[in-house]
Amino acid sequence: MTTNAFTMRDPTAEAAPVQRERLRPPASLDGLTVALLDIGKTRSDEFLDHIDAKFSERGLTVKRYSKPTNTRVAPVEVLQNIATEADIVVEALAD
Amino acid sequence: MSTPTDGLIVVAKRDCPTCTLIEPVMRQLAESGPPLTVYTQDDPGFPAGLDGVVDDTDLEQSFHLAIETVPTLIRLEGGRETGRRIGWHRGEWEDLSGIKGLGGDLPDQQPGCGSKSVEPGMPERLMARFGDAKLQSRLIDVSPLDDPMEVCFDRGWSDGLPVVPPTDERVIRMLAGTDRKPDEVVGLMPPNLAECTVEKVAINAVMAGCKPEYMPMMLSVVEAALIPEFTLHGLLCTTYFSGPVVIANGPMTRRIGMNSGLNALGQGNRANLTIGRTLQLIVRNVGGGIPGDIDRAALGNPGKLSFCFAEDESDPEWEPLSVWRGFKPGSNTVTLFHGDGVQAFVDQGSRTPEELSRSFAMALNAVAHPKMVQGANAILVMSPEHYAVYRNAGWDRKRIQSEIHEATKRSGAELVKGAGGVGEGIDPSRADEVIPKFWEDHGLLIVRAGGDAGLFSAIIGGWLGGRFHDEVQPVTMEVKE
Repeated sequence: MTTNAFTMRDPTAEAAPVQRERLRPPASLDGLTVALLDIGKTRSDEFLDHIDAKFSERGLTVKRYSKPTNTRVAPVEVLQNIATEADIVVEALAD
Repeated sequence: MSTPTDGLIVVAKRDCPTCTLIEPVMRQLAESGPPLTVYTQDDPGFPAGLDGVVDDTDLEQSFHLAIETVPTLIRLEGGRETGRRIGWHRGEWEDLSGIKGLGGDLPDQQPGCGSKSVEPGMPERLMARFGDAKLQSRLIDVSPLDDPMEVCFDRGWSDGLPVVPPTDERVIRMLAGTDRKPDEVVGLMPPNLAECTVEKVAINAVMAGCKPEYMPMMLSVVEAALIPEFTLHGLLCTTYFSGPVVIANGPMTRRIGMNSGLNALGQGNRANLTIGRTLQLIVRNVGGGIPGDIDRAALGNPGKLSFCFAEDESDPEWEPLSVWRGFKPGSNTVTLFHGDGVQAFVDQGSRTPEELSRSFAMALNAVAHPKMVQGANAILVMSPEHYAVYRNAGWDRKRIQSEIHEATKRSGAELVKGAGGVGEGIDPSRADEVIPKFWEDHGLLIVRAGGDAGLFSAIIGGWLGGRFHDEVQPVTMEVKE
């Protein structure tokens, strides 16, 4: 038993990897809506403006979102809006 | 920490008056007897100033030595235990140690106290930590930043409600409810036909909130669900509403506190709810029967979370479902049915058994569709007040069953496609037949349950797979204890 760790026993048939798989990226960006999430750090907006222009040139729909502060996780409302309105998301970290 | 191979062992705790009483005895043994080791359970400084005192506050040695009472004196020779004495008894301690004159001023004997290693909840904790539990399911680490219950949701282990995180301690405690080995394969769970071991049943039972004493019934529920005639694969993936409904019979239902009375089909009873829930968690987690994935139910029903109740067997005149299904009176059984939701039946006016039978038949004929026959089976859960109408007239189960069956019979002409201006219906070739609603042998299960007041009974409609008389049937299994 590992000390100072919380462990549980797997209730499944153990057919999936222990480490949960990440969602696969889309095969193509055609027709997708891209969310750009400004995490609230200085100059994130400059970076995202650039990305926005590049995606728009390719004919993608771009939607902009932002966190109030980089010190906390995104508010639930922001996450829900991204999940329901966009297909993929780019988070900007620009220092 | 290794156990000595020769000499004497005393296991003690300061909190035990007998252990403190025999402190001088332990000193005598240390000075003049074979090599002495004292495992102290609660205070590493007890007994003070004695060589050979070993801190056993983590109770590892107490666990391995299977100590139930302190003080315990053990003699070891060549690595083998050759004797053990429990509590203080001068003569016995002298015999085992080979030293005379022990504790001269003490009473001849005094019983000991309970070992800390057997305090409530402790055996499972020690088994998880030091034991050879042989759990084989893989361990999932939970980061200190994560809430284990949220991890269970994130990993897809939940039916939509919180589950109890299946820690080793909880799984070991659950497994103590059965004599069956954790690695025994109960069966292959559809749809993926994955091996479902006793351990996997226990893990999912933990998650559902079961108590260990439910395990014998739980294992039988899983085994019954895997009887080919139950066609679990078809049931779990159907577009229809239905899921497994469990009806329990026998004295075990009372022992584990199942509900067959007020609100028997509702919320509030741990055994009813968690046994039914465990089966569905196993279907999901072990079998891979995920709603919206292979489970293609167009609407489903809330009973797919859990649908399990016991039959009221309090009336000696009533033949329980288990007996009607061919088991001895007093047997513990589980009957599994492919059921959807509860259809209310209200009749506050029929006072004779003939009236009531016709009334039940009218409502039963509506199962799935009024023009459908010998398709969906049904359970009729008869409440005490409705049953009283039959009982007062001297009707037994056989008579009730037969009369309701007869009362459901209708002319095929009323039921054929297009009749009554409704497209649904039976094949026109059957227009000249007189057809009962259900298969006579297993199409209608009558069960007694419910609170004393209320001229209300319940109809639980069945799966359309029931139209295949031989291939799809309710199943009953005796609970192995």
